[in-house]
Order: sequence, then structure tokens, then C-alpha cells
Amino acid sequence: MNRNRKDIIIESLTGISVLLIIFIIVSILAITIKGGWPNLTWKFLSEFPRDGMTKGGIFPAIVGTAFMTLIMTIAAVPFGVITALYLAEYAKENSVFAKTIRFAVKTLAVVPSIIFGLFGLGFFIGFIGQNMDKIFNGGVLKWGQPSILWASLTMALLTLPVVIVSVEEAIRTIPVEMREASLALGATKWQTIKRVVLPGSVTGILTGTILAISRGAGEVAPILFTGAAYYLADLPHSLSDQFMSLGYHIYIMSTQSSNVDATLPIQFATTLVLLLLTFSLNAVAVVLRYRIRQKAK
Amino acid sequence: MENLKVRAINLSLFYGDNQALKNISLDIPEKRVTALIGPSGCGKSTFLRTLNRMNDLIDNVRIEGEVLIDGVNIYDRDIDVVNLRKKIGMIFQKSNPFAKSVYENIAFGPRINGITQKSRLDEIVEFSLKQAAIWDEMQGRLHNSALSLSGGQQQRICIARSLAVNPEIILMDEPASALDPISTGKIEELIHDLKQKYTIIIVTHNMQQAARTSDLTAFFYLGELVEINKTEIIFSNPGKKQTEDYISGRFG
Repeated sequence: MNRNRKDIIIESLTGISVLLIIFIIVSILAITIKGGWPNLTWKFLSEFPRDGMTKGGIFPAIVGTAFMTLIMTIAAVPFGVITALYLAEYAKENSVFAKTIRFAVKTLAVVPSIIFGLFGLGFFIGFIGQNMDKIFNGGVLKWGQPSILWASLTMALLTLPVVIVSVEEAIRTIPVEMREASLALGATKWQTIKRVVLPGSVTGILTGTILAISRGAGEVAPILFTGAAYYLADLPHSLSDQFMSLGYHIYIMSTQSSNVDATLPIQFATTLVLLLLTFSLNAVAVVLRYRIRQKAK
Repeated sequence: MENLKVRAINLSLFYGDNQALKNISLDIPEKRVTALIGPSGCGKSTFLRTLNRMNDLIDNVRIEGEVLIDGVNIYDRDIDVVNLRKKIGMIFQKSNPFAKSVYENIAFGPRINGITQKSRLDEIVEFSLKQAAIWDEMQGRLHNSALSLSGGQQQRICIARSLAVNPEIILMDEPASALDPISTGKIEELIHDLKQKYTIIIVTHNMQQAARTSDLTAFFYLGELVEINKTEIIFSNPGKKQTEDYISGRFG
């Protein structure tokens, strides 16, 4: 009797927690869709903000986010794939060096994103950018200030652990028999990687890329000091230009606007766009990952 | 007198502190089939893998002694392992075709050797498949995935793949252990044909297979070579009691 009651209590508690989580997700979606859907028009997606950003669209923020994630991907994916290759193919399992890299990757993954922002400000802008100006630009300020390049590179650092972990996982699903077959035919290690391992890990590399993009597309803190702009009348034309981004746009409209109430419909619609973007990217990643796991069986 | 192809001299192999091969010395003649038999864990597969230095891939392996192939010690410092492996084909217990078409599987070796000319590759693919006695079955399916084939066909594709780099020696690690009797028969016939051109060393658990396919048989036990002799002698009149016990099924 007593035991039975305990079971019921625990079952109810676990059930309530699950319901709570579902409730939270559904609420977020419901509120965002209810507030954002009516305002989500083609005009909203394709126009610049107007009237102190209380009217108009979010076109520059969409373009800015797209460019930023593109540059971030170009920086993070090759670097991440190469690191994952080293960990999976070259490093001895118990070497101090490999353990150090793994520790660094894990640590990088839990560093708060605002720290990345500060690091980007200090390292990319303060150190690299300003020295580039001194050496190549005769001291004229061009690279030593926030820009889409530095913001993208900062974001690349943030997403690097995601890429490394998912690519390494994919590489490890290539059975050792395949590598042996290639090596026994007289292939070098690099030929084996290029012709057997990498072609077999394409879906994994893709998954890592997509997860990185969806993580990077929504983050605000790393670009806060390194390149995101409050408002720009024009799209970025070069790597040294600043840019507008969806996440940052939501942040400034809800906290910095002179008329927060007037921007509410825009906030909702922007949030909806950002959510749709990251959800759909994640959905693609989930499907790809599922296919890798099926293949590994 | 037969030509000597492979010669192991006082070969020992250690996985960490554990000695897997103990002072193995044996001679393997050219263009003959030599079978390595013995109970699981006796070192026969480990020995086979020392011949193309596949054990190099495992951390913590230490090797003492020499393996001479055509009189050259393959564990010498200046030996290029990649070139060595081009001379020595290997067939594994579990057939392991790449997730590519039949054609690309066979062309893999020639391609890594820098052959890109389509007509030359076509020629090699056809020749290799014919040598592996699977050309007739594959002729119309060259561009199907090798993974869509049956286990026996996959294993013969793997044999054809290793022939495409023109090896001198073929190592086979229980090549038919996962196959049905008909496929096994085909592999054994193939071994018989291939020994006209190649030196074949085959590890097998199957006593009849060793008796049917090989000219010489070496019996391994607990990391040691117990004896090696002509196959008919090993199976009719072995020199050591351990060998006799094993082939008559009293242990192992």
C-alpha cells in the first residue's frame, strides 16, 4: 500500500515535469506564431526598417545573418573537419596531445557565449585588426573596429566544438575493415582518408555544418561587440563593414527602442523568422544524423 | 626445387607485454598455397598480418626478428610500407568491398597508383574480374553497388580488387569462413587457379579446406609454430603429437 502510493507520487511527478516542458515549448511557439504570423509578409521580409525601426521590414538583418553564417561556415567547417580528422585518424588514443585537444574542445563548448564576444573584441579587433591597420593601412582605421569578418570568426570559434564532435563521430562510423582494405591495396593514409573515409563521412560533415549554422544564426552575444550594428541604411559591401543580424535586431528592438510597444509586431515576426530558420536547420540535421546511425548499424 | 618467396626468421611479436608470436621461423615457397592452421588465438592471423605489416596499424605492437620477402627484410628501416603492400594482396575474413560500384572497387588500386586513362582502367577491371572468375556474373552489373551483391560475390570482388594492383603474394585470412558451401567451393577453385601466378598464404579454421587447397600446411599453437610440412604429410602422418590431436579433432 505504502509502496504503491510512492509509485503513484513519483509517476505523477515525472509526468508533470514532462507536461511542463511540453507546455513551455507549445507556449513559446503559440505566442510567437500568434504575434508574428499576421505580420510575416513578403514586404516585411524584403524591406528595410523605417521610421525609427517601428515600421518596415527586416531585410538587412536577414541578409546580414546569412552573410555572417556563410563566412562563419567557411572558417569553422574546414578547420573543424581537419581537427576531427586528426583526432579520429592520426592521434594515438591515449596520447597527452590528443587528450589535451579533447579537453580543449569540451571546454570550448561550455564557455559562455559572451566570453567569446569579449575574446573576439580583444583578440580579433584589438590585436589582429589593429596590427593589420598599422602594418598594411598606415594606421588608418579599417580592420581595427567591429566588422562582419571579426563577428563571423568569433562565431566560428563558438561553433567549432559542434563541428568537431559531429564530424569525428561520423568519421568513426567508417568501419576499420574499409581502412584496412584500402591500406592493404597500397594506399597511403592520406589516400585512404581522401578516397574512403571522407566520402563515407559526407553526411556527418553536413550535419555538423548545419548544427553549427543553426547555433550561430541565433546567437547574439558573440557579435555584440564584434560587428553587429543597431541600424544600417545599407547592406554590408566588404568584410570590414558592420552588419545587422536577426538575433541582435530582436534584442535592440525590445530593449533599446524609443518606442518598444510600437515595435512589438516586428519583434514577434522577427522572432518567428529566427525560430523557423533554426528549427528547420535542426530538422535537417536530425534527419541526416538518423541516416548516419542507420548506416552504422 | 621450389623458389623461396617468404622467409620468417626468429619472428616474435608482442602486444604490449603479451607475446603473441614466439620465435617463428618458416619458409614459404613461390606459387604454392600455404595453409596456416591452429586453434583460435594461436597466432596464425597475427603471423599473416606481419607479412604485409598490417600490425603496424595497431598501437603498442613490437616485433623482433626478420621477415624476408624475395630476400629483403620488410622490417628494415628503409622499407616503404606502401610499396610493400602493393606487392602483397590481402583478403579479409569479412568481405569488405567499398561502398562504391563494382567497377570503382576494382579500379581503386590502379587509381591510387596514378592510372587515370579510362581504356586502361577498363582493361584492368575486365582482366581482374576474369582472373577472379566473376567476369561473367559482373559484366552487366559493373556500375551496380558492390554492397548489393551476395556475400560470396563480394568476397570474389575483393579478390579481384587485390589482383588489380598486380601483387605477387596474396594473403587470405579465413576468406570463406562467412560463406555458404557453394560460395566456399568457388573460392577454393579460385585459389587453385590463382596459384599458377601467385604465392598464396591462407589462414583457415576449416581442416578440409586446408587439405583441399594447400600444398603446405603450417600448424600454430599458442604463438608457436609446431610444424610445417607438405599438406599430405601433415594430414596423414604429422611429426608432432599436438598436430595429430588437432587435426583429428581432439582439441581446438
